[in-house]
Amino acid sequence: MAVHDTPDNSRTTDTGSAMSADSVAGTSSTGAAESATTGNATGKSATTGNTTRKSTTTGSTVMASTTGSDSGADGSLGAPVSRREGAAKTAGEARYAAEYTPEGCVYAWPVPATVPRGRVTSMDASDALALPGALAVLTHENAPRLTEPDDGILYVLQNDRVPHRGWYVALAVAETQETARAVAEAVRISYEEEPHDVRLMTDHPEMYHPEKANGGVPGDRERGDFDREFAAAPHRVDATYTLTPLHNHPMEPHAATAFWRDGHLTAYDSSQGATTVREALATLFAMGEEQITVVSEHVGGGFGSKGTPRPQVVLAAMAARHVERPVKLVLPRRELPAVVGHRAPTIQRMRLGARADGVLTAVGHDVVTYTSTVKEFVEQAASPSRVMYGSDASRTGHRVVALDVPTPSWMRAPGEAPGMYALESAMDELAVELDLDPVELRLRNDTQTEPDTGRPFSSRHLADCLREGARRFGWYERDPRPRMRREGDLLTGTGVASSAYPVLVAPSTASVEALSDGTFHVRVNATDIGTGARTVLAQVAADTLGAPLASVRIDIGDSDLPRAPLAGGSSGTASWGWAVHKACSELLASGGTKATADTTEDVQGQQDYARHAFGAHFAEVQADTVTGEVRVSRLLSVFAAGRILNARTARSQFIGGMVMGLGMALTEHSVIDPATGGFVERDLASYHVPACADVPDIDAHWIEEDDPHLNPVGGKGIGEIGIVGTAAAIANALYHATGVRHRDLPLTPDRVGVLS
Amino acid sequence: MKTFTFERAATPDQAVDAFTAHERARYLGGGTNLVDLMKLGVESPEHLIDVSGLPLDEVERTPEGGWRVGAAVRNSDLAAHPGVRHDHPVLSQALLAGASGQLRNVATTGGNLLQRTRCPYFQDTSTPCNKREPGTGCSARGGAHRDMAVLGHSPHCVATHPSDMAVALAALDAQVEVLGPEGRRTVPAADFHRLPGDTPQQDTVLRPGELVLAVSVPPPHEGARSAYRKARDRASYAFALASVAAVLAVREGTVTHAALAFGGLAHRPWRARAAEEVLVGSAANAHTFARAADAELGAARPLGDNEFKVPLARSLAVNLLTTLADRSEQGA
Repeated sequence: MAVHDTPDNSRTTDTGSAMSADSVAGTSSTGAAESATTGNATGKSATTGNTTRKSTTTGSTVMASTTGSDSGADGSLGAPVSRREGAAKTAGEARYAAEYTPEGCVYAWPVPATVPRGRVTSMDASDALALPGALAVLTHENAPRLTEPDDGILYVLQNDRVPHRGWYVALAVAETQETARAVAEAVRISYEEEPHDVRLMTDHPEMYHPEKANGGVPGDRERGDFDREFAAAPHRVDATYTLTPLHNHPMEPHAATAFWRDGHLTAYDSSQGATTVREALATLFAMGEEQITVVSEHVGGGFGSKGTPRPQVVLAAMAARHVERPVKLVLPRRELPAVVGHRAPTIQRMRLGARADGVLTAVGHDVVTYTSTVKEFVEQAASPSRVMYGSDASRTGHRVVALDVPTPSWMRAPGEAPGMYALESAMDELAVELDLDPVELRLRNDTQTEPDTGRPFSSRHLADCLREGARRFGWYERDPRPRMRREGDLLTGTGVASSAYPVLVAPSTASVEALSDGTFHVRVNATDIGTGARTVLAQVAADTLGAPLASVRIDIGDSDLPRAPLAGGSSGTASWGWAVHKACSELLASGGTKATADTTEDVQGQQDYARHAFGAHFAEVQADTVTGEVRVSRLLSVFAAGRILNARTARSQFIGGMVMGLGMALTEHSVIDPATGGFVERDLASYHVPACADVPDIDAHWIEEDDPHLNPVGGKGIGEIGIVGTAAAIANALYHATGVRHRDLPLTPDRVGVLS
Repeated sequence: MKTFTFERAATPDQAVDAFTAHERARYLGGGTNLVDLMKLGVESPEHLIDVSGLPLDEVERTPEGGWRVGAAVRNSDLAAHPGVRHDHPVLSQALLAGASGQLRNVATTGGNLLQRTRCPYFQDTSTPCNKREPGTGCSARGGAHRDMAVLGHSPHCVATHPSDMAVALAALDAQVEVLGPEGRRTVPAADFHRLPGDTPQQDTVLRPGELVLAVSVPPPHEGARSAYRKARDRASYAFALASVAAVLAVREGTVTHAALAFGGLAHRPWRARAAEEVLVGSAANAHTFARAADAELGAARPLGDNEFKVPLARSLAVNLLTTLADRSEQGA
């Protein structure tokens, strides 16, 4: 294992002159000394270090070298290759779902319900349809009938029910987008309102214990006698942490363009998985999957909100069938919070019991959250407490209530992100209670078996991340006493938190063809939602084939390609990469020109290990005593996430997650107005995603980890771990700065208050 | 589709004439707020008169030694103007604390003054709002009101004025020159915006058709220091939770001149006359400053979730006055 912070660009040289632009890479946004490695771009074949990364140990030797690390020695894997579609995106040539305009294309605009609950009693579209250019108004009375799907949010315009404010009750179609909007606004709708309930309260009478939470995790788990151990513990923490609803808000709003031709449905959809969307459409429209093509070639972010199919593609397809023209639908930004999912709010009670030496004896994690009446989605926030630290006894569980709210869903690291905030905040409180260094407390509770299952970890380098992060951050010089560092109006503090994310992998297929000109054509329905998946998969193929990267052409983002799982759960690269690797290996072994691989049996045949990526965050914050404003001044994280396949895009993923965690800690929050039943923050002026000025100094590092129990590509998934634990590190730093513990995020001035 | 007609005015008189000649006309400056409101359906003008190209884009010296800022001067240009930065740091700082770089490059001085509240209910045509539709009720008072007013609100409206620049202008005793169908007049910046009362639909004292021509800032008081400070949810591109603009002159330990205005607390920039009365003639120390802030903020009527604004505004004011007094003492 090697500490890796300066990708060695010599590895790009075997990719030929096409890669000559990739001359600078680093993992530090600010440290010139660390990012100054400039690769050679000679265009000749690489001859360096090709055999040095064959270790199969899971050892924990940390190499402190900061230059010339040997990652990426296997062909082009690990090299900081820039995105293949980068130039096309920069030039505006990469087409997103709303940028396809088939001949005769018309436009749709949705009509959201303006009551919090009830039913539609009448729908009058006569004025609307009288507008020049109006083509149709689809309602539950005239829209094409759908087969009821598992996911109720897709069952649109099928009945008169309004389960929550913002639910779509009609769809206007017109010759232009502007006209469609005017038509939508001219539809007169009457409702019969019913009493609604959108307040999450721990003592809600309809609160229940779900059997399963998101991801199929058990709702409740108990190991040992938690009550006894907690009561007997000499040191205890009992604290409750809350999070408001949070929104994904990808840059590209959800959009779809759909048309029917000879019974075949084609949909360009902004999604995280075209195969998944095709399956949903096949069910809804009672068609064979071969009659449907879904294209998601370029996607401007999703963060989970495009992981499950969303109403835009269903509505576009319905409208296209109804008007017998291609239809384009872009959901307005203001409507996204109600129809594309959000992170559900959580109220989390943490109870930790420990011996005087810091070793945990009892871990209790009780999560209260909500779901909608449309479908059950339970944010599995207790999950991290089942993974992170050993203890004699543990009770972890969820309670949920179905309210008249928009349906919550996946948002980057569902479960792990809110859950780790609570666990790692409580660990900090325990460290204070014990007067023990918070890094040391975590090291004392490290474990090599997963507490809840007893399974061994395939690899776990949490301790290395903590130690390496502490060293880089300068943690060991820290004075543990709170409110000791004041400069002018600013109080400074530092905090730490652990991070983890499960290694998920799903069966995938892929094909590869050797062409007569010596190049290769890889096909797999992966999705690149901005992560660099297209580029990394080409690297996997080139590496497996022993071919120059420039000789690999890859097609992704189309359901007509070999089927593949969605980009979600940090599982994309592992799942697709495994299939690409297998197809390429089989091509080489067969000596033929074509190979197709399916990893279903490989995935199902995996050995029984607990597989997780780990990490550690270190934050420095400054709290303004005059205003209660909290700003992060430094954020440094170290991850152990298996083999890093592309240093450039990996760093971008890690840092993106960390910034999103910063937003969760300090700026992002959403409120449901109890009276209207709707979200109040519905634009990017009021929903505060961090601005550049909020992110002054951010740094991601990683430990090269060889885990022989993963997929052949060796990666653990990196899309989500960056957000997990970040908020706790920041909140813990705020305590260290001010001596005041805040347990409700985000840490805005109204909550932190004037400190002087 | 909602259609509207559009014209570009060549002179202020032509603009005013055009306004008078059309039903539901609106002047268009940088468009950073009006265009948003048109997209939201909050504003639906039938005629737009583009005044951004009028010859009102100069910052000029006045005969009295102040500055006259044309209504079409962009926020970025005004913030960067060397004379303004030298004479009135509070104005430059307030401008730079507002919006984002991109918006400041487009937004005009006149448009900044006339921007509407960002109350989420005002912007949501599916909810009641007395400012948008008089008589429908106020959704904010009993709804999400963390960002709403604590001073001068009425049962009809609890919205705040969003401008940072206007807070500085209120403290600087600036004058707003307007041209209307009945001719020119001048309105003190501190009185330009109004309290909601029972007519919250009217943000300002402007009469129909009146066009902002310029804002004039008098020369700085001798020995005065000025500054702006704002508290917000994120480091950039966020409206003030509370802000304060202050001008202070101290001689031999005594306050000789004081002007104070709060932002984010009310339906208009809140010129703090009661605080100023306490300040002038008193010893320039933290005790006086706290007394002054309390004299003003004693009138605050928080709604519940915005209670934090009162101690926040007090803290901002005391801190900023203390900083200015120190600078004044040091001759800095």
